[in-house]
Amino acid sequence: MASHLPPTSTPQHSQPASAGLAGEAHAPYRGLRRWLLTTNHKEIGTLYLVFSLSMFFIGGLFAMVIRAELFQPGLQLVRPEFFNQMTTMHGLIMVFGAVMPAFVGLANWMVPLQIGAPDMALPRLNNFSFWLLPVAFAILLATLVMPGGAPDFGWTFYAPLSTTYAPPSTTFFIFSLHLAGISSILGAINIIATILNLRAPGMRMMDMPLFVWTWLITAFLLIAVMPVLAGVITMMLLDINFGTSFFNAAGGGDPVLFQHLFWFFGHPEVYIMILPAFGIVSVIIPTFARKRLFGYASMVYATASIAILSFLVWAHHMFIVGLPLVAELFFMYSTMLIAVPTGVKVFNWVTTLFRGSISFEPPMLFALAFVVLFTIGGFSGLMLAIAPADFQYHDTYFVVAHFHYVLVPGAVFAIMAGVYYWLPKWTGHYPHLRLSQWHFWLSVIGVNLTFFPMHFAGLAGMPRRIPDYALQFADFNMVTSLGGFLFGASQLLFVVVVVRCVRGGERAPAKAWEGAEDLEWSLPSPAPLHTFETPPQVRPRES
Amino acid sequence: MAEPFERDPRRQGVRRTVARTVAVLGGMFVFAFALVPLYDAFCQVTGLNGKTAGQAQSLVHAGVDTSRTVTVQFVTRGSPGLPWRLETDTRQLRVHPGERREVHFRFRNQGAEASRARAVPSVSPSEASLHLRKLSCFCFQEQRLAAGERLEAPLVFQLTPDLPADVRTVTLVYTLYPVAASGARAERDAVGEGDRA
Amino acid sequence: MRRLVWTASGAALAGLAPMVLANGWNMPVGVTDVSREIHSLHMTIFWICVVIGVIVFGAIFFSLFRYRHSRGHKAAHFHEHTAVEVVWTLIPLLILVAMAVPATATLKSMYDASDAELDVMITGQQWRWRYEYLGEDVAFLSNLATSREAIEGRQAKGEHYLLEVDEPLVLPTGRKVRLLLTSDDVVHSWWVPDLAVKQDAVPGFVNENWVEIDEPGVYRGQCAELCGRNHGFMPAVVRAVEPERFDAWLAERQAAASEAALGLDREWGMAELMEKGEAVYGTICASCHQPDGSGSPPAFPALAGNQALIDDRRRHIETVVNGVAGSAMPAFRGTLNAIELAAVITYERNAWGNDTGDVVQPSAIAERLAD
Repeated sequence: MASHLPPTSTPQHSQPASAGLAGEAHAPYRGLRRWLLTTNHKEIGTLYLVFSLSMFFIGGLFAMVIRAELFQPGLQLVRPEFFNQMTTMHGLIMVFGAVMPAFVGLANWMVPLQIGAPDMALPRLNNFSFWLLPVAFAILLATLVMPGGAPDFGWTFYAPLSTTYAPPSTTFFIFSLHLAGISSILGAINIIATILNLRAPGMRMMDMPLFVWTWLITAFLLIAVMPVLAGVITMMLLDINFGTSFFNAAGGGDPVLFQHLFWFFGHPEVYIMILPAFGIVSVIIPTFARKRLFGYASMVYATASIAILSFLVWAHHMFIVGLPLVAELFFMYSTMLIAVPTGVKVFNWVTTLFRGSISFEPPMLFALAFVVLFTIGGFSGLMLAIAPADFQYHDTYFVVAHFHYVLVPGAVFAIMAGVYYWLPKWTGHYPHLRLSQWHFWLSVIGVNLTFFPMHFAGLAGMPRRIPDYALQFADFNMVTSLGGFLFGASQLLFVVVVVRCVRGGERAPAKAWEGAEDLEWSLPSPAPLHTFETPPQVRPRES
Repeated sequence: MAEPFERDPRRQGVRRTVARTVAVLGGMFVFAFALVPLYDAFCQVTGLNGKTAGQAQSLVHAGVDTSRTVTVQFVTRGSPGLPWRLETDTRQLRVHPGERREVHFRFRNQGAEASRARAVPSVSPSEASLHLRKLSCFCFQEQRLAAGERLEAPLVFQLTPDLPADVRTVTLVYTLYPVAASGARAERDAVGEGDRA
Repeated sequence: MRRLVWTASGAALAGLAPMVLANGWNMPVGVTDVSREIHSLHMTIFWICVVIGVIVFGAIFFSLFRYRHSRGHKAAHFHEHTAVEVVWTLIPLLILVAMAVPATATLKSMYDASDAELDVMITGQQWRWRYEYLGEDVAFLSNLATSREAIEGRQAKGEHYLLEVDEPLVLPTGRKVRLLLTSDDVVHSWWVPDLAVKQDAVPGFVNENWVEIDEPGVYRGQCAELCGRNHGFMPAVVRAVEPERFDAWLAERQAAASEAALGLDREWGMAELMEKGEAVYGTICASCHQPDGSGSPPAFPALAGNQALIDDRRRHIETVVNGVAGSAMPAFRGTLNAIELAAVITYERNAWGNDTGDVVQPSAIAERLAD
């Protein structure tokens, strides 16, 4: 499965101690300039993570507006047009501003440390790809105060609602998405170049920690589909401003073509947001089960199969758009197939736990919640794959429940697990145990109160993206809103934990967790600014 | 440095990787645009979306299958901002597959000034669109009518005898769309259609 | 403590299971063969997932209890077992095949719209549905009937809040009806859960679906695809009646249409046009242009005090009759008759202080429509 990757040549001689690959000494800038101009992977990683956390709170604030309006039937707080802007901005910011940059931040910090590289392969590009993001999202957020309001057509921006019928700010939305897309692409190139070329001598592909593996595959997905997104939004731009008719039936175009192109990007995008999460969980569970990951090779193959299958399933988002029968059948079967490699992953995690020696430190709590709750999201995904049943599920809260289960207790919990896991390495301190446990339990309760009732609301017939609803959905929505407020508020605890951990706390040794095995734990905690300038010699994993 | 930086094999590896990924990147961007004509071609070949051929086709001489009768319905629709009407007296026809039939449509511009429009066809069920052959038609053709002007346009069509047996009703819907002056792509298409017609 | 948490959550899950199956918590069984098939597919997959879930989660929680570090359990050393890995790749595959077989059969029957006895064209418009009985000369708009007061909490919400319309789609029971769907503006999606019909209405293209309803009744659903501001206020309601009653209803509608034509000959007075116009405005126009004509610019211009409207009577008529390209303003000529058009235009030209004094005669509009 690894054979589609270019051959690697790992040099056996070691690098001179002082030569970072950047070929330049880091200028000793201070204050703001230090962060603006840094080319250090750890500092850039921190920037990504801080940016992602602030976007998580902005997107979360929008979610709170949505949940407050939906707390009871009727229109109380916002107008329907503003409600639509909130759902759109919530989706865009969480996907492109919170989840994706968080994974890139973790990759920046941890990929070089886990493969024994001194830095990312392209440090200056790394700086540039980060700083594109604040610009992109400043533009996106600015659309909120533009005449006609922010984008209001959903994060999937289906044409012609997003072209002919869109608010004037759509052009800014397109520009901002282009910038965010370029940032992701540059980040992906950097990660691929780092993983393929800068591994420590002796580390073969099949010796890499799974976080590195999943990120490598994710980066290839990004390279493959971000240009398609760029193409789609460029076509939108042309339709809006230059009179073309890619998606306009009046000019011989086709609105359904938009959906095909969008989901050709969009489905792999979904996996871009979950594959690195698989990787994080796959390094955390063995650590706290004090037992090697079960089925390392099959984990790699399963990840790669999921990535490949992700290109063949896009039209399962379009079962009711009027596809011919053969297409429906093809996409139903291919979508169901994804359950196989995903199942393999879950079984491997469970078997890793089996007969281990398990302890429940905060990273492990989040990783275990990930396995259970992500699997619930997987079950609803399997149900959605059944095309005839999807005629009932499609565009209801059942779908909203499904993708929030895989994204919040899925991707977001995995990110938090990763943060808790690596905080001792980053700061030299353990996160405060009691507070972390409170954060975990409140999050788990909040997340389930929020998203579980959505299944019922959807099955009972509540469509998504509506600002007001019929009375039979009132109870579900009230519980969901209360759960949402709880979940939102408990994330403030996370900030407290992180800030306290940066400032002080129980000192962590180099190997902060008893069962941790990967290369980063051979470095002192906190990790110094420059690490592995002399590549470590890695002994191949014995099997 | 023990070795000149440029010859560092890792640096060369990075360069090679970057060159390859950028090539893939460019390829995928072009591919996204290539998907547009590919999708159109795919629709024409498979009848996906009920898209029909935009130009006159030739008659298929395979005999008339008198054992089957299929109902063909004609629906005409206008669109906002266009003071035109498109009408036909023939709301539906019973035809045998293989038969050649003719239906007349009338365009009228009820507006106070000249304007341009085109009729965009769509066929349901979509699998029938492959078997509905239009021997002469006005589909996709841009029409220009002066204020109050009328235009009669015939549609000559044939349902090919290999129409799937479970299709017993075929609906052909024409939607009239205004042709905007700025519709660059639309105009280009219209010229192309005109040449062929 | 931890044990208590697990037990409590286990009990909560067990308590939830029967509720899942209760009405109002689950997918409706519905009133067509297709909806029943879909429901049983849904329940089958649901139970398969429950069984897999019990096994997987059972294994997880067993391991978490049994192999705790705090109990001094030492980790085993195995980390590979090819046979086991092959088995748990193959078993899910077999389960999937077992699920795909009935799903394929259901899908095939859903795609077979042949032999329909009635064809109904459903057109989505921002934000209402238009129903046309093909070949029967009957077409009408179906608008949300819930009042703004109820939505804004100034009035009690009725039983069918947001799921009620002024005119439902009337369909016969026991007859196969072919539904053709399209849209005048953006993508909409027509959904009635009890009929298990959800199909996108795409501008410029026609989709089809079909339904054969078993039981008379009123079935309520709504637009399922985000279509702009009032997406949440676009219900789709079907009233299913026995075939004889349906035929009678259809004949009545046809007669009413020709009766309406009779009113065209006479001169209409300002008062009666204003009265009729206000009613039409309230159901059709007010959702965007607001009951007081203030609109919500820029998308929906104000009509009250709108100088262009007051000055240019001709253009006003044009706009209402033919709509505006690329905006949410549809053409009303196919859905409102000449009297309704004349009335609503007269109303808009005289209400809210527009006071032009213009009376637009139905006969003039009828002439305009005829040629």
